[in-house]
Amino acid sequence: MTYDAGHYDVIVVGAGHAGVEAGLAAARRGAKTLMLTLNLDLVAFMPCNPSIGGPAKGIVVREVDALGGAMGKVIDKTHIQMRLLNTRKGPAVRALRAQADKPLYIKEMKRILENQENLTLRQAMVDSLIVEDDEIKGVVTETKAAYYAPTVIVTTGTFMRGRVIIGDLSYESGPNNQRSTVSLSEQLEELGIDMVRFKTGTPMRVNSHTIDYSKTEIQPGEEEPRSFSYETTEFITDQIPCWLTYTNEETHKIINDNLGLSAMYSGAIKGTGPRYCPSIEDKIVRFNDKPRHQIFLEPEGRDTEEVYVQGLSTSLPEYVQNEMMKTVPGLENAEIMRAGYAIEYDSIVPTQLWPTLETKKISGLFTAGQLNGTSGYEEAAGQGLMAGINAAAKALDLETLVLDRSQGYIGVMIDDLVTKGTGEPYRLLTSRAEFRLMLRHDNADLRLTEIGYNLGLIPEDRYERFKEKKRLIEEEKKRIDKVILKETDEVQAVIEEAGGSKLKDAIRAIDLLKRPEMKYEHIEKLTPSDVNLPADVKEQVEIQVKYSGYIKKALEQIDRMKKMENKKIPEDIDYDAIHGLATEARDRLKNVRPLSVGQASRVSGVNPADVSILLVYIEQGNIARVSGE
Amino acid sequence: METDTITAISTPMGEGAIAIVRLSGPQAVSISAALFQGKDLNEVDSHTMHYGKIIDPETGEMAEEVMVSVMRAPKTFTREDIVEINCHGGLVSVNRVLEIVLASGARLAEPGEFTKRAFLNGRIDLSQAEAVMDLIRAKTDRAMNVALKQMDGRLSKLIQELRQKLLETLAHVEVNIDYPEYDDVEEMSHEMMKEKTREVHEEVTKLLETARQGKILREGLGTAIIGRPNVGKSSLMNALVHENKAIVTEIPGTTRDVIEEYVNVRGVPLRLIDTAGIRETEDIVEKIGVERSRQVLKEADLILFVLNYGDELNDEDEKLFEAISDMNVIVIVNKMDLEPKLDIERVKELAGDHPVISTALVKEEGIDQLEEAIANTFFEGELDSGDMTYVSNVRHVQLLKQAKQALEDAQNGMEMGVPLDVVQIDVTRTWEILGEIVGDTVHESLIDQLFSQFCLGK
Repeated sequence: MTYDAGHYDVIVVGAGHAGVEAGLAAARRGAKTLMLTLNLDLVAFMPCNPSIGGPAKGIVVREVDALGGAMGKVIDKTHIQMRLLNTRKGPAVRALRAQADKPLYIKEMKRILENQENLTLRQAMVDSLIVEDDEIKGVVTETKAAYYAPTVIVTTGTFMRGRVIIGDLSYESGPNNQRSTVSLSEQLEELGIDMVRFKTGTPMRVNSHTIDYSKTEIQPGEEEPRSFSYETTEFITDQIPCWLTYTNEETHKIINDNLGLSAMYSGAIKGTGPRYCPSIEDKIVRFNDKPRHQIFLEPEGRDTEEVYVQGLSTSLPEYVQNEMMKTVPGLENAEIMRAGYAIEYDSIVPTQLWPTLETKKISGLFTAGQLNGTSGYEEAAGQGLMAGINAAAKALDLETLVLDRSQGYIGVMIDDLVTKGTGEPYRLLTSRAEFRLMLRHDNADLRLTEIGYNLGLIPEDRYERFKEKKRLIEEEKKRIDKVILKETDEVQAVIEEAGGSKLKDAIRAIDLLKRPEMKYEHIEKLTPSDVNLPADVKEQVEIQVKYSGYIKKALEQIDRMKKMENKKIPEDIDYDAIHGLATEARDRLKNVRPLSVGQASRVSGVNPADVSILLVYIEQGNIARVSGE
Repeated sequence: METDTITAISTPMGEGAIAIVRLSGPQAVSISAALFQGKDLNEVDSHTMHYGKIIDPETGEMAEEVMVSVMRAPKTFTREDIVEINCHGGLVSVNRVLEIVLASGARLAEPGEFTKRAFLNGRIDLSQAEAVMDLIRAKTDRAMNVALKQMDGRLSKLIQELRQKLLETLAHVEVNIDYPEYDDVEEMSHEMMKEKTREVHEEVTKLLETARQGKILREGLGTAIIGRPNVGKSSLMNALVHENKAIVTEIPGTTRDVIEEYVNVRGVPLRLIDTAGIRETEDIVEKIGVERSRQVLKEADLILFVLNYGDELNDEDEKLFEAISDMNVIVIVNKMDLEPKLDIERVKELAGDHPVISTALVKEEGIDQLEEAIANTFFEGELDSGDMTYVSNVRHVQLLKQAKQALEDAQNGMEMGVPLDVVQIDVTRTWEILGEIVGDTVHESLIDQLFSQFCLGK
């Protein structure tokens, strides 16, 4: 027997990186939201590496922030070091990465959750979903509490039938020895949701006191104040370094000799692991010609001695983990505090989701995060945010939000997932984005703040600041477009100092800025603005002017894409009724049920002829409707 | 609904007194008007036909004498503005007009696209919907097959190699972006990228110059008639010219005014090389010397080697056979009406795989067989696919041009010091364009490349 424990608009199952953003976004939109988690001490816990951001991922954090999410703000307050990556490359690929203080991150996120209006946070294990006629009604916990809501977001990460494996030891478990979730996974399968088995892993953590750092290379943070959130005004300047060391032939020999004991190679693991985050066994087998591999030693926080041994992810037995560490400079005497392990888990085949992250099968049921076949905290946060926005929309009859591939990495990721699915844990890479020049680290706010504001995710005062920034950028671009710089000695001197060739004629300031060697600071020197411009405005002016040619090309490309995206496919389309579709295309389309012709064209197995036929069929319907009127 | 203007040749390829280049879309009239010397097509009444000339806007030269029909929406096949340019039949002239139209802003129609537009705009009855779909399916699959089959195996392989080279380069750039703290991978430098794009650019340029069919479509099949004096070379030429419509073009700007004659043999455009030489002296080898004749041979796509049935083979003949052994040759044994002195077995032996045709040109005998042999060498027996062969090849040329442009954009970017990850946009574009030629643009392969090439894991 269950008891009625309350009624909500949105219930979020899980409080990992997807869950917290989902709950916060739903609550911010005004939905009465319940968030249930196995362990209140581990909300937004990082079970793997102690870092947030990096290429593509870091940009997602910025996007989450521009839509009012919490990840950026929290890491800004709780990192031990932060660096801007790819600074020597172009603006499109710059990204922040922060090393997190794990315990502090949890504490700060919990504080935010506890103080969020409309959000109830509760510790509970969800046993089952209440589903009637393919519609979600609520959830039941193992303590028999029944919570009711028209929408439920499941964000159970790697907990679904999780299984931890170290050598020949294997046991049912979520990450970090938390309880795994079995009944929920079984129920989803019974409801007709397709699941696959994925695998991931994590390296050992060692005691900092037992590391000889003198044999390693220091990797300091940056002194320059940086932040993920556009709202952060206080910066952490006291940064803690990471350290770099390498494996060697001896390490590789130990791994090779013990390969049969690795769960990965003994056949104990059936799940598909990620290629981009291979275990050390994998690296040595697949790239056996490499004499050494990098190992980064990353502190897990300021108040802990645990150090994450990035690069040694493994499922070898504990004693082999000890043996191989003894061969690595600096780690000869290192003591393992937690052993590395592999974890297998169920994830759902994401092509079963609409782009809103609602399941096609069960109305009102949303899923987000690692459960959807992704990996990474940032990917989870991005999905959680979108699921929260859209679940609230469904519950309260508000506007939904689907970002397209030109609006954000979040859009790229979700489109990839729901359109193509994924054969391995999915990670965002810059190379997945066709329009990455538009999806920059620096312009996430310009892309998304307005959208966030319209959905009620961004408060008024922040929106005002944003509009002011935008105004300043536009005005400054206009101003330097009007300024003509003559070939005076002063101008020539500045240009020569920048390494450029002298002017032959007068030039508009904006055109001078387009020269590759010129920076905004040079232009500023020659023609200062009357207004005191903030650094981010100057940066925008420089990037927008300097890359305007490429940006224009990208915009044209986007226009072409949009034409196809705007051709909508009716939800009730009957693919069997379309004469001429190739069988494979028909099957794939029936499975994915794309919402636009553009999305259909990205489904694998659908070729251009099928797209033409689909177009004709849809237009046929339109014509019939028009002539029937 | 559709915003762009499409064009294609809408008459079957090959012989025929006229060929029609059709345009459909909002800019059909304005594009044509800009190329047309005659009445202002923008001003003419709908459903009228006008005589004039098509001028190549790039060179200002006259490309073709034409009749142009202007039909304005909605009373047209597609219910869009349609212009039909009637040209002389034969590949060369109609292809020139098509190229000019394409260069002026029209897009090459996809197979079945006129019909599709007609349908989408409600011109065709709903009951015909299925037929349209069949058409698209059939035509596209066909086009793909034809495109792939027609493509020289070597060309296809070369393009795949170029794509692989680009892909490796791209993967390198991507790795440096996605794994910036990994020193496992050497940083892609401007120099490396320059080197790679230069290599690919060189190959693409070469391809554009030599892509056999593309070149033939643009310039005609360069054909040299060779043989000793008095074997009947000029009779052969006259026979070809008289049998077929000939277009004589003055080509200025060369050291002397070479006259090249185009003849249309069963839809194959032959460009007879150095015909003036033959006309004047009856003997190309004699007139221009061995060196120059070697040069002519080098330029030729097809060699018509004429022998005299009434003469014995001599050293000179054997030498010529040797010089042309690995070329595209048709051996013509002329003057079959004379006393046989030629060792025909020896000729066949020397000819190897090349066809040997017997003629008596003065009596107009054997010309049919010769023309058939010419058509066969060009189409390699696959002429039945008609316009598809043609379209897919123009498509290749178009794509190669785009690829070249994208590579040049990349090179210019690097020259200006634009960061590699931005330059990479143009390189990726090149890779995609080349992929369209071989029918493969799946983006996933870049990611596969990434993980197979490098050991990654941050």
